[in-house]
Amino acid sequence: MKKMINGVDNIVDEMLNGMTAAFPSAIGRVPGTDVIVRTGAKKTDKVVLISGGGSGHEPAHGGYVGRGMLDAAVAGAVFTSPTPDQVYEAIQATECGKGALLIIKNYTGDVMNFEMAADMASDEDITVDRVIVADDVAVEDSTYTTGRRGIAGTVFVHKIAGACAETGADLPEVKRVAEKVIANVRSMGMAVSPCTVPAVGVPGFDLAEDEVEIGIGIHGEPGTHREKISPVRETVDHLVGKILDEGIYAEGDEVAVMVNGMGATPLSELFLASLRVNEILTGKKIRIAKTLVGNYMTSLDMAGFSVTLLKLDEELKGYLNAPADTPAYKEL
Amino acid sequence: MASTLFDCISKIAETIIANKDYLTELDRAIGDADHGINMARGYTEVLQQLPQEEQDIGAVLKKTGMVLLSKVGGASGPLYGTAYMKAAKAAAGKTSLTTQDGCEILQAVIAGIQLRGKAQRGEKTMLDAIIPACEAYCAAVKAGQDFSGCLDAMCAAAREGTDYTASIRATKGRASYLGDRSIGHVDPGAASSLLTMEAVRDFYREQMQ
Repeated sequence: MKKMINGVDNIVDEMLNGMTAAFPSAIGRVPGTDVIVRTGAKKTDKVVLISGGGSGHEPAHGGYVGRGMLDAAVAGAVFTSPTPDQVYEAIQATECGKGALLIIKNYTGDVMNFEMAADMASDEDITVDRVIVADDVAVEDSTYTTGRRGIAGTVFVHKIAGACAETGADLPEVKRVAEKVIANVRSMGMAVSPCTVPAVGVPGFDLAEDEVEIGIGIHGEPGTHREKISPVRETVDHLVGKILDEGIYAEGDEVAVMVNGMGATPLSELFLASLRVNEILTGKKIRIAKTLVGNYMTSLDMAGFSVTLLKLDEELKGYLNAPADTPAYKEL
Repeated sequence: MASTLFDCISKIAETIIANKDYLTELDRAIGDADHGINMARGYTEVLQQLPQEEQDIGAVLKKTGMVLLSKVGGASGPLYGTAYMKAAKAAAGKTSLTTQDGCEILQAVIAGIQLRGKAQRGEKTMLDAIIPACEAYCAAVKAGQDFSGCLDAMCAAAREGTDYTASIRATKGRASYLGDRSIGHVDPGAASSLLTMEAVRDFYREQMQ
């Protein structure tokens, strides 16, 4: 393993300190915790949005803390859900009487830890509700699995629910909007090379030199299949095809697109991918309201990308275009 | 008794820490390669925080559960944390345990894990080790066996249940994404549960000598 670290035990701690030191006017760390909050987080008079998850997905989620998006982000160990006490710290640190919405990616551990924190908050009469993001179409959603994984589409939930909360909407309203995003967002990813969890020291899976994994999860979980690497336009055709198969997006619809890098993908390649997404959607007369290209929900040093489509209506489009000022996402 | 329990939990902790790489390797096959790392982190903290003088068995178990809950993370943290805290509730106020108490503790542990994980037997989880282990233990109690015999029965059933997880498809947890590709691999949670139970048995064997 070759990584630019000072020691495997301190990565999350130093990463959080680095993030807050880089953006002192935007975010800060709740002392003694792995919770990032807005700087000078005065008790705002709005519904609080809290997300989080294992580390290794930077800039998710700390990078999305700020005006128009999250109020707090909780970081777990690399690829490991944060613990209930840490999530509860985030709830306590931001509590303002209007309630909190927890935005959880659909993984067994994340759901359990956040739910236990929600139980702790309820015991203290803090109103907490939750939404679970499950946008990855690579995984069958059936009673025989844990359900679809939450991946890059989560960033759209942060953005749109965050803008809604900023208007002063109440908790049921913010939750409704978040669930509307979840119902209309779908993603699928792929990897050309695996990632290495620092504490493990070896890649999470093996891929041959000419092989790619289609449908990869953001922790290197296996996808739908492996195949020989093909031109990126063909890979994009496959990913977007699977997303369109969901039957959510039709001619005349308007969508937001995200082409998300997994951490070690050159931006040039992401633009090649986003060009193909653009061509496919244009061909299908699906209008593109906004395209995001970059590293939004990474997977350590994995090379590869995911494509996310979000179907918009006037309400979602309005919130998507509303101002946001966070370290990793700005809408001015 | 509680100080014995302290030693027993220390034995569990040492066993899990010693098997860190083994558990992580099992998880690498069908999960996200962190089970051993997370469990070892939790039990390392347990060794540091466990109150040695505490006499109330429930209090020792509760503390263990709280530490695991706050240090392990992932799915294992809430599941093992809940398991110890349910055990603590069943043993609250006691300074010694009968073999029958052990049966009730195991049943409480299972109820807690099922409530938190929403899983049933046969889904390739830790329950596939713990439920048969509990049944075998309680049957041995009923048959009038001594503690040592009950623990042997428990561990034999837990081992069989853990081996059985290799033959089935996961429908819960991260391994469920693999579908049929999960077949052939032992569930890491079942494996760490088996190690836990074997550590208890080995501890009492050593005590007897």
